This record gives sequence, C-alpha cells and structure tokens, in this order.
Amino acid sequence: MILDSPPIGILWRYSASIEVYPPQAESSIERREMKLTDISNDINEWFGGSGPMSDIVISSRIRLARNIAGYKFLSHCSTSEKSEILNKLKDVLMSLDLGDKVFYISVDKAPTLNRHLLVERHLISHNHAFGKGPRGAVIAQREFFTAMINEEDHLRLQVLKAGCQLFQCLEQINNIDDTVEQKVDYAFSPRYGYLTACPTNLGTAIRVSVMLHLPALKMTGQIEKFLRATRDMSLAVRGLFGEGTEAASDFYQLSNQVTLGISEKDIVSQFENSIIPEIVEYENAARKRLLSEDADLLNDKISRAMALLRGAHLISSQEALYLLSHLRLGLNMHEHMGASTPAIDRLSRLSDADGKGSLSIATINRLFLLTLPAHLQLNYGKPLDSTHRDALRAQIIRSALNG
Amino acid sequence: MQCQICKKNDATIHLTEITDGNREEMHICEQCAVEQGIAVKSHIPINELLGGLLAAQPSDDDLSGQPGQQVQCPCCGITLAQFRKEAVLGCPYDYEVFEKSLLPLIKKAHSGKTTHSGKLPSKTPKDTKKQVELFNLRKQLEAAVQSEDYELAAKLRDKINKMES
Repeated sequence: MILDSPPIGILWRYSASIEVYPPQAESSIERREMKLTDISNDINEWFGGSGPMSDIVISSRIRLARNIAGYKFLSHCSTSEKSEILNKLKDVLMSLDLGDKVFYISVDKAPTLNRHLLVERHLISHNHAFGKGPRGAVIAQREFFTAMINEEDHLRLQVLKAGCQLFQCLEQINNIDDTVEQKVDYAFSPRYGYLTACPTNLGTAIRVSVMLHLPALKMTGQIEKFLRATRDMSLAVRGLFGEGTEAASDFYQLSNQVTLGISEKDIVSQFENSIIPEIVEYENAARKRLLSEDADLLNDKISRAMALLRGAHLISSQEALYLLSHLRLGLNMHEHMGASTPAIDRLSRLSDADGKGSLSIATINRLFLLTLPAHLQLNYGKPLDSTHRDALRAQIIRSALNG
Repeated sequence: MQCQICKKNDATIHLTEITDGNREEMHICEQCAVEQGIAVKSHIPINELLGGLLAAQPSDDDLSGQPGQQVQCPCCGITLAQFRKEAVLGCPYDYEVFEKSLLPLIKKAHSGKTTHSGKLPSKTPKDTKKQVELFNLRKQLEAAVQSEDYELAAKLRDKINKMES
C-alpha cells in the first residue's frame, strides 16, 4: 500500500518549540471558530499520562446536567427555541474566565470527521455529535472543560483531568456552575433538585466517571468479577467511548447511576475513598500475580504486541487498541513496580519516538489517540477508506516504535 | 440460590418465560446461560433499563380509572405514553403533572431515594406558576412570529424579558 507522503513526521517531531497555537490578537482567539487541526495532532492533558494513579486511572471526569427555567426540555423545543437557548448559553459560557482560551464549535454545522474527532477526544458525547437541531460546544483549549449546549439537556458541563482527581474536578465544575447560574435560572425543584429531561439524572444531575486501564484483571480472567461488583454498587460500566460502546481494549469507564438523595461530595468521596482504591488494589494484585505466577503469559502478551505493532503493515483501530494496551501495561509495570521480565526489559529498552531516552508512556498514550480513525484522517488532511487508514495507522505505529 | 443447570454456582440470572399462558421460571448462573445460548448483557444501556422500568408501570388509564382519557401536561402537551416511548420528559413541569406515575420510577432509578440532597442554586428559582407563564408566553410568541404579527411579538418579547430579569 503506497500512501502519498503523509505529514506523520510532524507528529513525531513535535516539541515544545513548535507553537501549536500561534499567538493571535486576544479578541480573535477568543471568538474564532476552532481549527481542529490545532488539537488533532497533539495529545490532550487528560490523556497525557500524568496525574495521581495514572498507571491505572487514566482520567477523571465530572458532568453536570442543567436546564434553563421557563423553557421546555429539548425534545419538545422548536428549532427557534433551541437556537434561542443555544445563543443564550453560548454567550454566558464564552464569557467565563477559565484561565484558558475558549473555543466555540457549531456542532450541527461541523463536518462529520470533525465531530468524530471531538468524540474520540471525549470532548463531546456521541449523542451530541450526531443529534438533531441547533447545538454547540464551548471547549477550553487545554480540553479540561467542555460545555455541550443542547445535548439531551440544555446544558451539560464537563470537567476532565488526568489520573485520579475527582475532588479537583468537582471543585472546578462547581465554580463554573456557580458562575453560569449568576446569569441564567436553572430549572430546579426543592424536592427533586435539578430537573433533567430524563428522570435518571434527576437531583444533583451529576455524572462522576473514571476511565480505568485494567489489563491484568482481564488477562487473569477476573474482569467479570469486577463487572459484577460494580453492578452491585449501582455503578455503570461503559467502554472507552461512553454509552453503548464495548469495553475496548482493557479500558473501562466507571460512573455513578444514582444522582438523587446523595450529595455531589458524597458521590465523589465514595469514588475517591473506596471504589477507586479498591479497584486499583485489585489490578495491582493481578499485576503482581502475573509476575510471580504467570510470567509466561505476561511475556507472551507483551512480546506479541511488540512484534505485531513493530511489524504490521495493516492494523485496525481495534487491534491497535488491544495491542497498545499490553505495551502500556508492560511500561507501567516497569516504571511503577520495578518489574523485570525478558519482554518488559526489551520493551523498556526501545527508544522513544523523539529519539531522546527510552519509550515513554506518553508516547504510547499519544499513539492510542492519534491512531483513532478521525485523528488519522484529519492529520492526514483528507478522508481515507478503511484499508488506507489501517496502512497509515500501522505506519505511524511502526515509525514510533522502531525509533 | 443455586443454578438449576450446573447445581454448583450461584444463580445470578432469573428468567421468566410465558408461553401460551404458562409461566416458567429459570434460575441459572452466567456460565450456564452462555452455554445455553441465552444472551447475557453485562452492560444494560440506561435507556433499555428505563424502558424496562417504564413498561412495568401502571398505565394512565389504570391510574385515572377513565379509559381513553390520557393525562396531558398543560405546558408541553406530553402524555405518559409518549414519555414511555421516548424516555425523556417534555418540560420541567412534567415532574409535577405526572408525579404519581414518575415516583416509583424515580425511586427505582435512585436506590429508593426520592428527595434531593446536595447543591442548591444560590438564587431562588422562579416558582412554577411563573415558569408556566413563561412557557405560555413563549408559545404565544412563536405563534405571533409565525403569523408575522411582529408588533405582538415585540410586546410578548418585552414581557418575557421583564419576567426573566
């Protein structure tokens, strides 16, 4: 498969010296339509591989659902009412002081590929990307904050951070919510709390989620136990891309279901103080068990992943996710547990894509994101069919892992 | 409860099958369910869950005792049947209009809880009466714009702005 020379080199030569966001006049930055190529060739903060417990907890996210008082819920709003809500909320949100530049995207008018990109980066939900009617998203440049306007509710605020940082997410989203509330009246009932289009979100209307990487639980056949336990705790488990997606490649998104009768702080405390530490402990125990009792299995998975990723010329996104997950496991075991097995040693001796030092978690995380279909195509500059995508994906991965 | 098939594991799947009016119950473990070809979904999408809960609810007719007379929200015009189909409500006022029917569902979705605990808006929200008035004014406004009666539309717009400020 021969591809026109793609601009992949740029991705890997990217360094702090390259200005991804060229400085412009303050006013034009604030309100210009976001260019997605600004972000598509770089990794975002929350997937950057840092943050507390980030070897297992990839990211923490909190969403709040809000509706404006005096309007019907979206499914019963006319197009003009939807536009009115959109304009009203857009103005409020664009004037927020987040300590970061803020972009606005007209989601309903955006090209399909751009919408996919926003979903791949977890900036908007699939429903928002491919829903109906006037809708938009306000996004902070560093991607820690998004406001989806006219998703299922009038407003869905989202704060995302790397690693286990739910309390920090809560504090920030709470402040943002307070500021928004100064300017609009929310639909609220003293008995039922914040009123939402779907009664399952009623009350605090908070959705607390963590993205977990649990490859050792999967390898040791304990993932079903984990899934059962989460169900018993009334938690929802979803895949990498939210509702309806399969748990892809050892990544699991865990979130609360109950939103009424329990405070925001208590929900977050449950996650931070019991749910997350427990799961992290299980995953770590499984990793230790792999080392002490099942080193062959571990070596086999990591070696195969290395061989395939460094040698393949066509690779699907599912396969890439699956294999990269094993490299992520190996590197994290090396870094956090000082693990040393033949496969882990070989993996940690690979040199990094930037030529400096050895292969880093950041590089692996970046590969996860940049090899997703919309990222591939936007960085390539035009749509590609799936065979060409598989070829380009394999090429990017090979060049990153062969130093 | 023990699995009826392997008689070893705990039964975690409980099936009720009704064929020709005969009710048959089955209690089995996940492993046997997979072997029997019974699809086990470990992740139930929220809408499906909701659909299941809603289907088990008494209908409007059961509640009002007047067959054929569907309760309709005076604000958004939604009926319970519509909500069951779409799984989303039409307006905030529905929580009052359909409170009786929604309560069991709310209870089930939120582990038995029915009263909010947590953040309160710093401003007192507009009372329901005022909210309903706003709904109606917006409805009139839309009709005015559609019939190109801009004078009326401007008046209504002023009234809405005044109420909102």
